[in-house]
Amino acid sequence: MGKPKTIVEKIWEKHIVHEEEGKPDLLYIDLHLVHEVTSPQAFEGLRINNRTVRRPDRTFATMDHNVPTIHRNVIKDEVSKTQMDTLKQNCTEFNIPLADINHPDQGIVHVIGPELGLTQPGKTIVCGDSHTSTHGAFGALAFGIGTSEVEHVLATQSIWQAKPKTLNVKVNGKLGTGVTAKDLILAIIGKFGVRFGTGYVLEYTGEAIRNLPMEGRMTICNMSIEAGARAGLISPDDTTVEFLRGKRHVPQGDAFDEAAKEWKSLATDEGAIYDEMVEINADEIEPQVTWGTNPGMCIPVSANVPVPESAKTDNEIEEIERALEYMGLEGGEPISSVKIEHVFIGSCTNSRLADLKKASSIIKGQKVHPNVTAIVVPGSHSVKKAAEAEGIDIIFKEAGFEWREAGCSMCLAMNDDVVPEGERCASTSNRNFEGRQGAGARTHLVSPEMAAAAAIEGHFVDVRHMKVPTA
Amino acid sequence: MEPIRKHEGIVYPLNRANVDTDQIIPKQFLKRISRKGFGQFLFYNWRYDSKGELREDFSLNKEKYQHASILVAGENFGCGSSREHAPWALQDYGFRVIIAPSYADIFYNNCTKNGIVPVQLSPSEVQQLIDNAEASDYKLTLDLESKAIYDNQGFHADFELDGYKREMLLNGWDDISVTLTHDDKIKQFEQQRELS
Repeated sequence: MGKPKTIVEKIWEKHIVHEEEGKPDLLYIDLHLVHEVTSPQAFEGLRINNRTVRRPDRTFATMDHNVPTIHRNVIKDEVSKTQMDTLKQNCTEFNIPLADINHPDQGIVHVIGPELGLTQPGKTIVCGDSHTSTHGAFGALAFGIGTSEVEHVLATQSIWQAKPKTLNVKVNGKLGTGVTAKDLILAIIGKFGVRFGTGYVLEYTGEAIRNLPMEGRMTICNMSIEAGARAGLISPDDTTVEFLRGKRHVPQGDAFDEAAKEWKSLATDEGAIYDEMVEINADEIEPQVTWGTNPGMCIPVSANVPVPESAKTDNEIEEIERALEYMGLEGGEPISSVKIEHVFIGSCTNSRLADLKKASSIIKGQKVHPNVTAIVVPGSHSVKKAAEAEGIDIIFKEAGFEWREAGCSMCLAMNDDVVPEGERCASTSNRNFEGRQGAGARTHLVSPEMAAAAAIEGHFVDVRHMKVPTA
Repeated sequence: MEPIRKHEGIVYPLNRANVDTDQIIPKQFLKRISRKGFGQFLFYNWRYDSKGELREDFSLNKEKYQHASILVAGENFGCGSSREHAPWALQDYGFRVIIAPSYADIFYNNCTKNGIVPVQLSPSEVQQLIDNAEASDYKLTLDLESKAIYDNQGFHADFELDGYKREMLLNGWDDISVTLTHDDKIKQFEQQRELS
């Protein structure tokens, strides 16, 4: 037996193409996911320098950020349309497989990767998108890159990376009923701050993580970037293997069992050493709601919005004051009394079938509050079809939700799905930054269950106290 | 990219922590397919009100910072989205150097691919620079070769920067051409992989 290793060390060692003293390592990339917003300048760079895409077979593209969610082919914004057309032309020119707007595989890039089985344990995965960390749920080393790096990976199938430090986020105990993976990751960021992960790859361990299904694990890893970490991952286990079994791009039959054995061997060894460790108890966590303008500004639904004077330094006091002003909130008011006008269920954080099912179980037979406009945007075309096959769309529609086509939608509001200035949205997405859902829009991040409950009540409410109709 | 060795410039202080890339450049400006022309949209929602009028109360709109090329800001600068449009906007607006106590990783990397030097100094040094720049017209000099930042009033701080990134910035190199000198190694890696 050699020295015990973390999964990060194991994946890293298997992907070094070139190493040199005093330089980052040149790391091989197994899967490069591409979307319309961060790729056009990269393809243009290839053309200018007369370069080609080294491995189109390890590259996969889709359209998600700009796509309309009402009528698929009615794209009012000419600039958005140009961006989508450009991706199509680039994929044709460089032979890259593309799930375009009318393709049955289309969806949010971080939803379709796992769905198609492109995402697999032990792979190095990059995409010009910070939420690439999502794929870490499978025990892949997955991180977001900028457009220059997209161009670099297209041209060389590799990337220069300094070996990251590792941070073990250990989650002890069990999550209570009605408390979700979203509440857990918000509570982690709330407790340790929006930069505790900077410079690290987070590995989530502990009983509560092991008990999570893949959808929950993806929600957790997705928001690693909101803690400052480029990547977050979870060692593969039987849950991982069973999720992937039968997916289109994984090995089939006996070859799958072989692969599964190898995947599980990647799990962090007993006794492996991390650079840092933090711990949190799952049993203490309540459903969370963000009150401010970054994901660390979150509180349990039973709590009051903080008062600026509770902060330690002048800069922190100012930060809270600025956030309260932007959010139109008073320090000290109960978050449960805050009224909302919009609900968005969707995004790469929470738009999978399991998320939609759980949200629908809260609203079944009830009506969306008259002051609220509520939309559901499935993460992919497949999620939409699967939900429709189970009648989940009917539950939403009967309650008064709009049932849309797949895309990033109101998470970043690059398409027409925008929250108007000064209005408030309970959102299952990942960022409550100023202006994220529209200039002057006020975002509160919550779980799908909490968003559904808020849609019915018109304000935040502890979903654990909602009367859920018996099915 | 344009090489950068030594740079003297006016300092613009942005005394805020966790400035995210949605603030640096809002999403409605990410639809362009070229790398150019993003400077006009820098900090758009802070610089302009909902009618598109300049907000006089936002510091970057002040006369004294009009030709600033060194941005000093709080912790975790550039957090959030991976959009390289953020450094493109900063660079196009005229910033060549950023100084902060900490950065988001992706943003930090993106800067070094675009000829912007991200300098990391201690929180107290950064606060001192912010105070200086808020109090008067203030200039700093970056010397990338010796990895130092200084003024003409006695402030001097050394900073760390990865040797590889420094070399790329100093020479304005495109790292794809550097990587392609290792093409044989990439091929070898792929062949071994396919055999096993």
